[in-house]
Amino acid sequence: MFENISLAFQSVKSHKLRSFLTMLGIIIGIASIITIVSTIKGTNEQIKQSLIGAGNNAVRIRLCQDNYEYDFSWNPLPEGIIPISEETRQELAKIEHVSDVSLYYVRNYAENVYYGDQSFNGFLYGIDQRYFPTSGYGLRAGRLFTEEDYRTCRKVCILDRAAWSTLYAGSDPVGTTIEMRGESFTVVGIVDLNSSFEAKIETVSDYYNFMDTSGGIIFLPSTTWPILFLFDEPQHVALKADSPDDMTAIGQKASKLLSETQISSSTETGFSYKGEDLMERAEQLQQLSNASNTQLLWIAGISLLVGGIGVMNIMLVTVTERTQEIGLKKALGARKNRILRQFLTEAGVLTGLGGLLGVIAGIGLAKLISTVLETPTSISIPAILIAVVFSMLIGIVFGLLPAVKASRLDPIVALRRE
Amino acid sequence: MLIEMKDICRDFPQGNDVIHILKNISLSVEKGDYLAIMGPSGSGKTTLMNIIGCLDTPTSGHYLLDGEEVRGSGDNHLADIRNAKIGFVFQSFYLLPGLTVLDNVCLPLLYANVPKAERRERAAAALERIGLADRMDFYPNQISGGQSQRVAIARAMINDPLLLLADEPTGALDSASGKQVLSLFDGLNENGTTIVLITDNQSVASRARGTKYILDGEFVEKGVLEA
Repeated sequence: MFENISLAFQSVKSHKLRSFLTMLGIIIGIASIITIVSTIKGTNEQIKQSLIGAGNNAVRIRLCQDNYEYDFSWNPLPEGIIPISEETRQELAKIEHVSDVSLYYVRNYAENVYYGDQSFNGFLYGIDQRYFPTSGYGLRAGRLFTEEDYRTCRKVCILDRAAWSTLYAGSDPVGTTIEMRGESFTVVGIVDLNSSFEAKIETVSDYYNFMDTSGGIIFLPSTTWPILFLFDEPQHVALKADSPDDMTAIGQKASKLLSETQISSSTETGFSYKGEDLMERAEQLQQLSNASNTQLLWIAGISLLVGGIGVMNIMLVTVTERTQEIGLKKALGARKNRILRQFLTEAGVLTGLGGLLGVIAGIGLAKLISTVLETPTSISIPAILIAVVFSMLIGIVFGLLPAVKASRLDPIVALRRE
Repeated sequence: MLIEMKDICRDFPQGNDVIHILKNISLSVEKGDYLAIMGPSGSGKTTLMNIIGCLDTPTSGHYLLDGEEVRGSGDNHLADIRNAKIGFVFQSFYLLPGLTVLDNVCLPLLYANVPKAERRERAAAALERIGLADRMDFYPNQISGGQSQRVAIARAMINDPLLLLADEPTGALDSASGKQVLSLFDGLNENGTTIVLITDNQSVASRARGTKYILDGEFVEKGVLEA
């Protein structure tokens, strides 16, 4: 085997130009496949990142009525919905690929919230201590909520960057007081999402995806929530996924579990828990871009086929040219299979080398495209391995006919040909 | 008895006809013998050599090589017989141009599945014996015709074959190189190697201990050929 490979390399080397031209079909085919796959992967990652917010991997489960988020701002406490217990929270944390679970209350339209003469029109979140790490927030100024804050129901609050900039226009908020529904809350800190993520707003749907958080969020300790709102209000859930790919599955599992445990079955009010289906939307968008790229892949596949036929052609020529060599080897005692293997290896080495060059060319091309068009590309290692192995397979498949022809040569006929 | 041929016929179909290239050839060669087979072109001597060398099988008749019936063997078995028992020397050397002299000599050992280190060692020793040790890393196009044929002989002998089969070994050489090759044959024969040599050159044939004459597929007396 090893001898065959080194022999094959020698024969590729002894016909450099011919070998290169033979490989060209494979090189072009593999290069275009690598380029397309890299571009698809890059685009997909961009879609995922722009929808989810890079790296935060937070899945949110919301209480919905008839598929719309149940809004406590205008509706009474829903009947038959039990607040989520610590046990249930731990149940949720046991779901595969979930690293943390946080419970929180939400008011989507904060009314009667003021700082000085500024009215706040963002969100109010009543959060537990796990919320910030789960959702990917980090402290930017001041401090986070302490055990003491929760235990003694201190009226303290934390602003996110958007709330801070709309209410304070850049001045230091820590220590100042915000009035919420007639109660005074002291600002203790500012948080921000860890990954600096600038949403790219290009379409109307992008706008709706990203702009709904534009008013900012004021966070309160969950224990102070009843001071402003209601006791026993059902919470929303934020789960941290290990990777963006797990988010859809986690959302489905968690919402199923919550719908089963938290909603009493006797009520027929159309309540359910639903995972935010950002991943689903991302996948829909990806499918769209994949569909058009799959066609490109087919075309690239055809060029590989053409390349394979080129390899077959040149191998047939090689066999004819080397009848004497084959005849001699047979005379010296080489069995049929050995000749077969020699030519198969040669075809495999030829196309494998072509595949390797194709991968290099493909990566180069992908990088070039991403620089020129400013689109992201992402090199896929499995795609590269598959490409090289696949091109070797092409060589072996298309080399089979010439190799069989070589192995069947009659040594007398082969030696007679001068 | 190394070679025992009895009533060997070889027919080739040509169109609707059948050409009888060999007609009832019978031949015995003792171990250690040195036999020349002479005949003009078209006499069937190359076909006979192919059959003796197990490159071809007879249409009918019996051929026992080293006591083993050859007719009816499969391709792979014939390849193994050639590899183990027969060494070939051709008129035009047939050294592979892409391989070094050493690697060319190694080839039969490769097909006998001898490990690489041992192959190289044995091939180097064989080249040493024919005085070409300093050429082992050369490529065939870098050495002379006489040297090429000596390399081919080293290759033929590397597996210690029972039979050395030479087809016009001096046909492509100048007379000095030809003499060198023939004296190499003499030496091999003295050491016990059986040699069958096919030629149309009387002076080459005269080096052998016996000569058979072939014409139109049959052995004939010497006088018939000259007539």
